[in-house]
Order: sequence, then C-alpha cells, then structure tokens
Amino acid sequence: MSNISAVPQPWAERLNSAADLEALRQRLEAGQDPNRPEIIVCHGTGCLANGSPQAAEALKKAIKDAGLDAKVVPGIKITGCHGFCSRGPLVVVRPQGLFYQRVQPEDAQEIVQTTLIEGKPVDRLLYVDPVSGEHIPHEKDIPFYKHQERIVLRNIGKVDPTDLGDTLVRGGYQALAKALFSMTPEEVVQQVEASGLRGRGGAGFPTGRKWRSALAAVAKKGGPVYVVVNGDEGDPGAFMDRTIMEGDPHAVLEGLILGAYALGAHQGYMYVRAEYPVAIKHLGIAMEQARALGLLGENILGSGFSFDVQVNRGAGAFVCGESTALFTSIEGRAGEPKPKYVRSVEEGLWGRPTVLNNVETWANVPQIVEKGGAWFAGIGVPHSTGTKVFSLVGKVNNVGLVEVPMGIPLQDIVEKLGGGVPGGQPFKAVQTGGPSGGCLPERLLDLPLDFDALTEAGSMMAAWASAACARCSTASARARAASRTSWTCAAWPRPSRTAPCAPWAAAPPTRCSPPCNTSRTSTWPTSRTTSARPGCARTSSPTA
Amino acid sequence: MKPASIDLDDIIERYPGQPDYLIFLLQDIQAAFNFVSPEALQLVCDHTGVPLSQAYAVATFYQSFSLEPKGEHEIKVCLGTACHLKGAPRLVEELERRLGVGPGGTTDDLQFSLDTVNCLGACALAPVMVVDEAYKPSVTAKKLDKMLKNLADA
Repeated sequence: MSNISAVPQPWAERLNSAADLEALRQRLEAGQDPNRPEIIVCHGTGCLANGSPQAAEALKKAIKDAGLDAKVVPGIKITGCHGFCSRGPLVVVRPQGLFYQRVQPEDAQEIVQTTLIEGKPVDRLLYVDPVSGEHIPHEKDIPFYKHQERIVLRNIGKVDPTDLGDTLVRGGYQALAKALFSMTPEEVVQQVEASGLRGRGGAGFPTGRKWRSALAAVAKKGGPVYVVVNGDEGDPGAFMDRTIMEGDPHAVLEGLILGAYALGAHQGYMYVRAEYPVAIKHLGIAMEQARALGLLGENILGSGFSFDVQVNRGAGAFVCGESTALFTSIEGRAGEPKPKYVRSVEEGLWGRPTVLNNVETWANVPQIVEKGGAWFAGIGVPHSTGTKVFSLVGKVNNVGLVEVPMGIPLQDIVEKLGGGVPGGQPFKAVQTGGPSGGCLPERLLDLPLDFDALTEAGSMMAAWASAACARCSTASARARAASRTSWTCAAWPRPSRTAPCAPWAAAPPTRCSPPCNTSRTSTWPTSRTTSARPGCARTSSPTA
Repeated sequence: MKPASIDLDDIIERYPGQPDYLIFLLQDIQAAFNFVSPEALQLVCDHTGVPLSQAYAVATFYQSFSLEPKGEHEIKVCLGTACHLKGAPRLVEELERRLGVGPGGTTDDLQFSLDTVNCLGACALAPVMVVDEAYKPSVTAKKLDKMLKNLADA
C-alpha cells in the first residue's frame, strides 16, 4: 500500500522516554489540522478487490485537475477495512463524515466538484437504508455503524496502518508508556484479571487466569517464556482478525509488548496465515517502524525492558490454528496437533511456558491497561465483559464486520446492524461460532451475546462467523447440516461433481463419491436433476 | 525462469542456519521459483541441519509448497463456506474444463496452475479467486473467459 498522504516520517530519532513519546505525539498532532478536508479511501481486502486503489488514484487526479487552493487541498488517506465490505470501495469525506459507497474511478470528478467545491453530498453514492429507503449521508448515522461500540476497531478506518505517526496521534503506545513507567508487571496482570477479558478465539478462557498460570509455571521452572499471537484465523466466514491485523497492526503489537512486559517475555511470535498477505505486510511495516522509534527491540523507550517479535507466515494448513500445531509449525516442523496432557502455559513453544492469545484478545490489552480493568469490566455483562468483533455474513442486508458490547440480544445484531433479511423474507436462523458452533432459530433470537448463554444454547461464540439465513436460502440447508454431528454432502445445496464433502476440505477436493450421493438421496428425496436448491424445494413443499 | 543457482544461495543466506527457519526458507524458495526442487530442498537441509526426510515431510504437509513446477499464473479458488454456497465449485469445474487440469494441476505449457484454498476471509466478495495474488471478487463463468485471456496475453 502506498502512503499517499505523505506524512513526514519523523523516525530519524529513537525515543528514550515516555516524555519523548509524548513530545512526538504532540508534534504530530500539531501538524494535523482537524478541519482540513480529508478523503479516506478504504483499502481493506474487500475494497482492494473492488478497485479502491483505482478510485484513490482517480480522486487524486481529480483534485489536482480541479486546481484547488493549496490551503484546502484535501489529503487522501488510505486506511484499513471499514467493515462494510459488501459496499466497497468505501470513501469517507472528512471533516463532514460523508459516507460514499461503491465509489468507482469515474465518480471521482463529481465527488471533488460537488462535495469539496460546492460542499454538498453526492446523493447517488450515499447509503440507502434498506428499511426506510432514505439516503443517509453521514457515516455515524448509518445503522450499521450507529449501533456499534468500537474498542478494538476504534482506529480501523481512521488511521493509515502503514504510518505509525497516525496511530501515535490517536493514542497508540500510550498504554505501553504507562505500563513501563508507572506500573509493575504484576499490576498489568492484575488489570487484565480485573477486566474479565476472555479469549476471543472462541473458548472464552479468562486471559488473566492464563497469564497467571504462565507466571506460576515460570516461577516453578525458571527460564524463558514466550508470547504468541494466533493470527491463523481459519474458520470459514470469519475475517475479524484479518481486519484488525490489516487495519490496526500497532494495536496487536502494543498488546503483545504489554503482555511480554507483564510476563517477563523477551521474544514473541505472530503466526499469521499465508492467505493474509496484506496483514503480514502491515505487521511487518508496523514492527519496522516501532523498532526504529524504540518501541520494540532493545531497551524499549529507555525503560530497560527488551522484547522482539518475529512474524511467522503460515503455509496453508488449516490445522495450524490449533495451539500445539501452531507451536510445532513455528518450530519449523509439520504442524500436526499433539495430545494436550500438559497445557501450553506450562509447556508450549520449545517446551517452554507460552501464552498464546488470539489477535482480538491482544488488541484489547492496550485499552485495558490504559483505561483500567474496571472500565473494561463495566462494558458488557458480568461474565462476558467488553465488546466482541464479528463478521456478519450471509442473508442479511449489511454484510461486514461489526463490534458490539457483549450481552446485546442477537436480534439487535441481525435486525439493527445487519439490517434484517433482504427482500422481506422471513428470518430462519443464525449460525454462530463457525463450523464448531450451531444454528440458532428465531425463537432463540432474544439470547444475549454472551459466552455462556451461547454455549448453553448449544452454539458458541468462537470466531464469530455468523450467517443469518433467510427462509429460502441456501443457508437453510446449511442450518440442517449443522444440526447433525458432521457435515455431509447430503446437506449441501446442488452438489457438484467437484464439490468436497466438507466445506473446508483441503485441496485437492475429494470428489463426491457414490456413498455421499446415496446419503443425500436418502435424506432428501429431491430429484438430482432438479435445478432448485434442496433448501428451497423443501421449504416450499407443504409436507416440509 | 530465473537463474536458479544464483538466487537460491541468496535466499539461503537470508536466514540463520537453524531448524526453525526451515519453513521460512521453503516459503521464499516457493515464492521465487514457484516450486521447491530436490536440489533446493537438499541445500536447505544442509543449511538448517534438518534431515531430508523431515524437510520432505514439511514440504508435503503444507499446502503452500509444491515439489513440482507450478505454472506462471497461479489461480486459487476459495472453497470456504460462503464461496461454496455462491458457486465456487462450479468455477472450479469451469476452470478444469478450460485448462484441462484439476485442482493441484498445472497446464503442460506451464502457463496456469489451478488450486483450491480454504476460506480467504473475504466472504463479502464470494465467490472469490486469487489470481497471482490479486483478489478477484464475485467471479462468474463469464468473467473467467476474459480473465484467462488477459492472463494468457500478458
């Protein structure tokens, strides 16, 4: 990603104290005029694929052609994913906060003329509310954003992920400075414990307790301890971690450094799957910039604490998201899981105590340290504190990434954020927790978003890949599939000859062998020749 | 193809000679040459001190590595749940028909390789394909024609 905004890079000097960091932050802030027009172009994977670089180039050219006064020439800022992936490429014009969707290069001139010069919104590019049919000009008023509470995603879509200065202005590394100079490692652990933060990877294990166990193991065994980021987000339909790593890599890095400080680790690893090249690139840039400033590496901020990180790229093995397989892969071997007789906090990477947390979990840590565990515990519900980011996909009007406080009813997520089911179709079920989760029907829609409530209902929080399904959707077949013990070809709509028997089957796909088809016929007596999807055929039949 | 002997040594020198850099080395070699040759595998083993059998196990375990030369253009079709539901298997069929090779295969002229991958986490773009590292959103059979033609001409 090119840095179009061309912010001066003040990385020449190393920061040697918290005061240096604050001075730099103030200097950077002074250099930014909050009223200067700014055009933000989303460069998340979704928008990139839909042509956001071309749109950004066209906007740049249009601004130049318009010959605007040097004082009001807007900067173009490239940011990570805004979350509203189905509407990409997304463009936000500040300071007004105008939100344009599906912006194509040919729209650039009109945006410059109408919005920048005449100060009016371009109506045809605005978001149209699927329920009321109204045009909503401002980002903050769009229901998809209005009902969110952004802690982890606070910077995403606002900062240029390849520019550390931008993150610093928005308070990046303040928590690190606070911890290094005014807190003991023990106090950091206490704050994380007090926050009630639970692992965002799915199991919901209390992070503070994990850290505490690792400290106990280190006290017993001595020697090094490792901190590891699990960025091997493999669940189909989930892209929360990718968005965080791409859009705010410094939050993950800062969280990891804080964890290392709390646990006394000097080496960390970020294991990121190979399918996320942009995330790997941005983490690499973030580390390089942090190292240059003295926020990572030897003697961080002159505090005497040293810690470094290595990014390990995955090599295309789904199983490496599992902790023991992930460690084996970092060690340079085939990532095969091992039986877990001993927990990884006692014997993990290289047989040493290791704290492995999910990307989102690490990204929560800086805010907890900065604002205190009690603040975090005040958000959400007693046993599930804070917020949760999840990807909302499937048959809903608004597809994308959202962050909501724990405890809100599932109904709100589907109706308010998701904008309901398209085409006025009745709602059927929502599938939470990816392949390990379950399908929750309409009658369970008032369930709160809570680790324990979801587990009790037979689903799970997991890496929230939720698909709200309409009645006649292909996803209704999916709902049936998930209600069984395993996925079968039978539950798959329109099985093609190359279709794998499981949706996540590794390449090359297993060809559907006759037994699969047999089981399909026996479960659903739909003719193989019918073009209707099994879900449709069945729901429309009166006998169904 | 790049002159293998020169670049290979450069790649090997990028990392310390420790077993934990085996995957890094194989990834860089795969990226540079589109496959890991027996010669390269042996050099990596000599450098890292990993037995050849173990390096072979790693190279065959991970999907990213290929021991056979890959085509100039790599086409990866996502078969994650969302893409699957939106017709990715049909895209694979179409590509198989057009290229004459199945997933994991490479055309005889070494122009194209076809692969299927696990969920790319770009579900809003389903069905999605990655062609030479560029994401192609909402691919249809119709778009394939143009895409393949552009690639062949490039």
